[in-house]
Amino acid sequence: MHATVEGKEILRGIDLTVNKGEIHAIMGPNGSGKSTLAKILAGHPAYVVTKGEVLFEGRNLLELAPDERAREGVFLAFQYPVEVPGVSNAQFMRLAYNEKRKHRGEEELDPLEFKDLLAERAKVVEMDAGLMSRSVNEGFSGGEKKRNEILQMAVLEPKLAVLDETDSGLDIDALRIVSGGVNKLRTPENAIVLVTHYQRLLNYIVPDHVHVLYKGRIVRSGGKELALALEEKGYDWIKGEVGGQQTAIGA
Amino acid sequence: MSQAVKEKSIYADAFREFSGRRAGEPVWVSRLRGDAFESFEAAGFPTTDDEDWKYTNVAPLARRAFVPASAAAEKLESAAVETFVSAEARRSRLVFVGGVYNHELSSLEAIPGGVAVEELGAALAGEHAEVVREHLGKLSGERGDAFSALNTAFAGGGALIHVPKEVEVAAPVQLLFLTAPGEGGSASFPRVLVVAERHSRLDLIETYAAAGGDGAEYLTDAVVEVFVGEGARVTHYKVQDDGDAAYHVASTRADVARDGAYELTTVTLGAQLSRHGIEVLLGSEGASCRVDGLYLVGTGQHADTHSLIDHRVPRCTSRQNYKGILDGRSRAVFNGRVFVREGAHQTDAEQSNKNLLLSPEARVDTKPQLEIFNDDVKCSHGATVGQLEEEELFYLLSRGLHPDLARNLLTYGFAEEIVEGIKFESIRAQLDSAILNRLRARLEV
Ligand SMILES: Nc1ncnc2c1ncn2[C@@H]1O[C@H](COP(=O)(O)OP(=O)(O)OP(=O)(O)O)[C@@H](O)[C@H]1O
Ligand SMILES: [Mg+2]
Repeated sequence: MHATVEGKEILRGIDLTVNKGEIHAIMGPNGSGKSTLAKILAGHPAYVVTKGEVLFEGRNLLELAPDERAREGVFLAFQYPVEVPGVSNAQFMRLAYNEKRKHRGEEELDPLEFKDLLAERAKVVEMDAGLMSRSVNEGFSGGEKKRNEILQMAVLEPKLAVLDETDSGLDIDALRIVSGGVNKLRTPENAIVLVTHYQRLLNYIVPDHVHVLYKGRIVRSGGKELALALEEKGYDWIKGEVGGQQTAIGA
Repeated sequence: MSQAVKEKSIYADAFREFSGRRAGEPVWVSRLRGDAFESFEAAGFPTTDDEDWKYTNVAPLARRAFVPASAAAEKLESAAVETFVSAEARRSRLVFVGGVYNHELSSLEAIPGGVAVEELGAALAGEHAEVVREHLGKLSGERGDAFSALNTAFAGGGALIHVPKEVEVAAPVQLLFLTAPGEGGSASFPRVLVVAERHSRLDLIETYAAAGGDGAEYLTDAVVEVFVGEGARVTHYKVQDDGDAAYHVASTRADVARDGAYELTTVTLGAQLSRHGIEVLLGSEGASCRVDGLYLVGTGQHADTHSLIDHRVPRCTSRQNYKGILDGRSRAVFNGRVFVREGAHQTDAEQSNKNLLLSPEARVDTKPQLEIFNDDVKCSHGATVGQLEEEELFYLLSRGLHPDLARNLLTYGFAEEIVEGIKFESIRAQLDSAILNRLRARLEV
């Protein structure tokens, strides 16, 4: 898949297959296109896919509007969660949850019923109840915002969850709690793509595959040991290799 | 020229007839009316050449010969009225139909003894005549415009609320001005006088609505004067939900004494053309006011708010927060002046006007004006005009909300700051449904 933003090509040929029950980690230097890939999956209007397709359970995801994708089970935990003033967190999550239920032909939950469900799911990430009645993400600390993203994941139970740097900004305890939450949400039926800069996260959530994204391409894939190698050697090693390759091809 | 002559004849006959019917009123009232009518005739309706009316053209209403409502008002069933009564004010309300007081539909059971909540005509003939005489027209006369003058001339249905010193009125008093179906072409002139003596407390809900049949063209020309005594607090809600084709022109003027507090929240939902003039005088030290508002207009509506907060002396505080939501082909005007006079040291004033345009055809003219004539002050003001935030919208969509619902929720969020400050659940609920219904939402709150 190739994609541009404002006419600039950011993704230059991504090939990736994620199966049910798998966890993939995507790593890569700043600006390599990780968030771009994540936002394209969620359907952000700023990005234009110029070539290729994205198949989700056999359907072309790119033909669906962002809200349709979400109701079909695609979820993005934002690298920078958005503040929505004046809309309470609980109300927002109930509406989202009910949209999904309606989509499946199920009864909607009223505010009281939902309150119970939310309290139950909040335990997964040990989320402070006080944050439920506040406006969505408004004035939340960086860590609280990230926790709130995973709470939404717990409420919506997506089939494919893309977590964009959910670990950044979490303190040591929060990282353990939130990772534990993600592990609890893992089932043989869903799949998770983790975007991260730190191998530490992968000690908690152990990936089946690790990919390195560099300049809009996946330049290397491997098992969890790839992350360890990166931690040790940094990206120069890969950049060097890729650069070398390109020179070789060019020569 | 021909226009002015025509206007004269429109209301001159009506005024003669009206005066005839009011022959029994005290002389000072007849004189007040006569003088007001003269000044109305002299000034005529304002035109867009008038700086204050630059963006609001009243020519369509000036051309029409609205007939001042008389006693022969349409009957309304009490069931039809109940829906407009605030639940909190069920037993503390005065109801007016077509500008005429309706005793059967009113209820004063919850009004404590010593507090006067009376139809203005009755007040003039009763024990509070002096209170009325002392206050009526004192705020509206001086700087009153043609509409205020016309109101004074024809003031028919109206109320006096007098709260003696140190009395707290627990239940909110609602003044409900309804227009019945079939009152197209009529004009009503509600006139309200509120006198809250020192250290008293009052909550007031002033409501305008069309009971059934939204399409009638009628004119509401209202004047409200509020005197907040020393250390007293008056919390005032004005909900304007007149019919779609109605004209609503109103002025609210308050005078706040030492350490008194006046809190006004206006909600503008109805009328094809509405204009609300607000003037708050902070003339004694420690006086404060809060003036908040929300206007929500759609295709075919024009809503204009002109306010003046006048800091005349040191150490007064004012807060003003107005928000507007404009949909379809609608238009709003906000002109907010905060005046800080030369001696008014340590003035603390904040003003904000934010507008949300939901359609490319909506238009708002906003002009916050701070005029400060001394430098020992803490003042801020600002205005914004914007659309829904794309990133917020995407965030909601990415959680599966349908686009309509996502937009409505963001709109609701925009209004929430004003809604949450409203003390009465019945008004909040009315606003919630107005915001969500108008925008065809499906959010139950
Ligand atoms: N809306 C946009 N307009 C212009 N450039 C953009 C836009 N979005 C992304 N880019 C550019 O695309 C490139 C990739 O950005 P992206 O956010 O995908 O990187 P990333 O791999 O997530 O980086 P990081 O690790 O820092 O989060 C960057 O050079 C960025 O500046
Ligand atoms: Mg990123």
